[in-house]
Amino acid sequence: MSPSSFDASAELLEQVNRAIAQRTPLRIQGGGSKAFLGRPVEGEVLDTRRHRGIVGYDPTELVVTVRAGTPLAELEQALADQGQLLACEAPHLGTATVGGMVAAGLSGPRRPWAGAVRDFVLGTRLISGHGKHLHFGGEVMKNVAGYDLSRLLAGSFGCLGVITEVSLKVLPRPRASTSLRLAMNAERALSKLAEWGQQPIPLSAACHDGEALYLRLEGGEGSLAAARQCLGGEALADGFWDDLRERRLAFFADPRPLWRLSLPNAVPPLALPGSQLIDWGGAQRWLKSEAGAEAIRAIAAEVGGHASCHDAGVCDSPFQPLPAPLMRYHRQLKAQLDPQGIFNPGRMYADF
Amino acid sequence: MNILYDERVDGALPRVDKAALLAELRERLPGLDILHREEDLKPYECDGLSAYRTMPMLVVLPERIEQVEALLRLCHRRQVPVVARGAGTGLSGGALPLEQGILLVMARFNKILEVNPEGRFARVQPGVRNLAISQAAAPFGLYYAPDPSSQIACSIGGNVAENAGGVHCLKYGLTVHNLLKVEILSVEGERLTLGSDALDSPGFDLLALFSGSEGMLGIVTEVTVKLLPKPQMAKVLLASFDSVEKAGRAVGEIIAAGVIPGGLEMMDNLAIRAAEDFIHAGYPVEAEAILLCELDGVEADVHDDCERVRRVLEQAGATEVRQARDEAERARFWAGRKNAFPAVGRLSPDYYCMDGTIPRRELPGVLRGIAELSAEYGLRVANVFHAGDGNMHPLILFDANRPGELERAEALGGKILELCVAVGGSITGEHGVGREKINQMCAQFDADELTLFHAVKAAFDPERLLNPGKNIPTLHRCAEFGAMHVHHGRLPFPELERF
Repeated sequence: MSPSSFDASAELLEQVNRAIAQRTPLRIQGGGSKAFLGRPVEGEVLDTRRHRGIVGYDPTELVVTVRAGTPLAELEQALADQGQLLACEAPHLGTATVGGMVAAGLSGPRRPWAGAVRDFVLGTRLISGHGKHLHFGGEVMKNVAGYDLSRLLAGSFGCLGVITEVSLKVLPRPRASTSLRLAMNAERALSKLAEWGQQPIPLSAACHDGEALYLRLEGGEGSLAAARQCLGGEALADGFWDDLRERRLAFFADPRPLWRLSLPNAVPPLALPGSQLIDWGGAQRWLKSEAGAEAIRAIAAEVGGHASCHDAGVCDSPFQPLPAPLMRYHRQLKAQLDPQGIFNPGRMYADF
Repeated sequence: MNILYDERVDGALPRVDKAALLAELRERLPGLDILHREEDLKPYECDGLSAYRTMPMLVVLPERIEQVEALLRLCHRRQVPVVARGAGTGLSGGALPLEQGILLVMARFNKILEVNPEGRFARVQPGVRNLAISQAAAPFGLYYAPDPSSQIACSIGGNVAENAGGVHCLKYGLTVHNLLKVEILSVEGERLTLGSDALDSPGFDLLALFSGSEGMLGIVTEVTVKLLPKPQMAKVLLASFDSVEKAGRAVGEIIAAGVIPGGLEMMDNLAIRAAEDFIHAGYPVEAEAILLCELDGVEADVHDDCERVRRVLEQAGATEVRQARDEAERARFWAGRKNAFPAVGRLSPDYYCMDGTIPRRELPGVLRGIAELSAEYGLRVANVFHAGDGNMHPLILFDANRPGELERAEALGGKILELCVAVGGSITGEHGVGREKINQMCAQFDADELTLFHAVKAAFDPERLLNPGKNIPTLHRCAEFGAMHVHHGRLPFPELERF
């Protein structure tokens, strides 16, 4: 075990139990790299970063078990040393921790083809609102015993409990990877992507910046050579996809607030009030805009999607409001799992 | 301990007056098909786990969502338990009826509402059969990936309720990985949309929570599934081994070589012989174990991977490695595996199929443990294994007509599942808990964890009207089952090596 490994679960559990007894809200925090996302939380900081280290990793099982406070970069390095990776390609945006990656549920450019963070979560340890340290799921690919609380925790922004440990499915790194730039407008790019989506082309990322379509292909040497020949285009320098994932492309420097639109596949180009960058083959569109939340959400909802604001303090409800019946069940679930309301109150919605 | 609903340990059920309920249903839902006579109810007394039977009070067969909505409202008001059922192929008794409840059969909702090739999704009613989705998508070169072996008959609503798997899960995931959106009716008859047409949706991931929730949180009324492009090519290798250990190690070596097979299956000698007798797949009957490894994808990569895997298998000590020469032979290799259950069924009047999962590295020890238990209980066990994803299907052979054999088979099955938990696995990989494994849940989870499960249930169905008694045991049942002690490291089977 590396020296950077430490089991701090006892102190985390103690802090939670104190908060339950005193009914003090907790603001759960890892690297703070996604503090811009969600509503501000008033509460005592619960810092997960002392609870860190890889607890178990057997590459031939394709599973790694990690403490929540482990830096994501450290986990990725350990996987890379064994020729493996986290296929959801979650962003670091600074010094992300593994717990924060799961709690925020953000995924990178490979998401439409490989799956989201939640798709790779196999098991979790959780400190519950009843002050217990519990274990759900496990280290096996298939497990349908009981409710799937582990995947529920992905993207729950700490509102249902403190994630202390996760088991994740990992995959071998692709044997080969190549990236292309094809000059074409957005309309043509999206229509080509809809066409290619129905064919076994080894795409693993697709982005359009208004001028050109950027593609990444991953697979064996043979399939990549064949796809390159059929797609054409010019070679794209390494680093583009990291820059996209980490929001370092020039597009993101625009000072206007950043919005994320999550849309169905095959939605044609949208006239949006600002500048936009198409990712996930069209299913994720970044927007830099001064427009109001309602206007942006109406455009997304019109085509079956939703919009969230990725800059702090722009609007009171950065996540798209939920329909009333669904909100009621959210409140009930929160009340059942966190009866004292101590975990990140208000982070996702003002109601809970 | 009996697995049929027992109010003493599973909780009291509301008293329902059958005649009054029937009268009100007829009055308020005049077009609804209702079965109430014993001879009509009889076919519904069990699902695919036919060893356990309970006559439902009433069976309803709605054809419109509005009927389901009105029925749920009425049952909620009158406090009538509702058990949902799809095609009834489930293997864990998840759709086992209640004497004090209505069996809600969703099988008539069998329309494919939309196949959208550009958006790569299909929107279907819950009673649509799993295979029918892939058939409808085939003209577009697309398919729906999860393929439980009952795919010809099982319905997608049941697949969602059970988070169904199949033989291609390691590469293509379970049902939960292949859903976009599910329409639900809550216990109060409210419509909820979980997920969306986009790849994610705001709020908690209730789509994940509902997947595999066994009809305990809501009723599935519509499902939007992802469609994938059909792989250009699939090849299958059949490798023979003179020991199960070697075959197990070979599986790890394939993964270590950076290959993720589309399917990777193992069978032991008893299963091989049974399948060969039944299907004549060309299996080597003298082998102690075989591996079937399917490699799919783009043509050039499949050829490379076949060579890579062949080398790995030979180095791992395979006595023979054969590649199916053509589609016919590939289909035959798979037919042996896919018919392994009925094939084993021919060896014995009855068999009992288990569904535990384990970390693959534990396979040799677990198989030794199963062999010891098999000898101890005096019942033969054939082993069929989704080796790629660690999902074991030991088949316990018994004769229900011999007094005590069913009970012995159950007891042996329970021990096998506890063995899976002991090595860090799970009591169920894809069949679900249902009623069948309700006692073994006490071995996998402690009282605090079960309490949190009950809290989840309470958020959606506080009065326990939806499928009561399934999936999550009461603490009372667990206390009585006395299995709480086999938890978190304080486990039996001390002879097993742990890693």
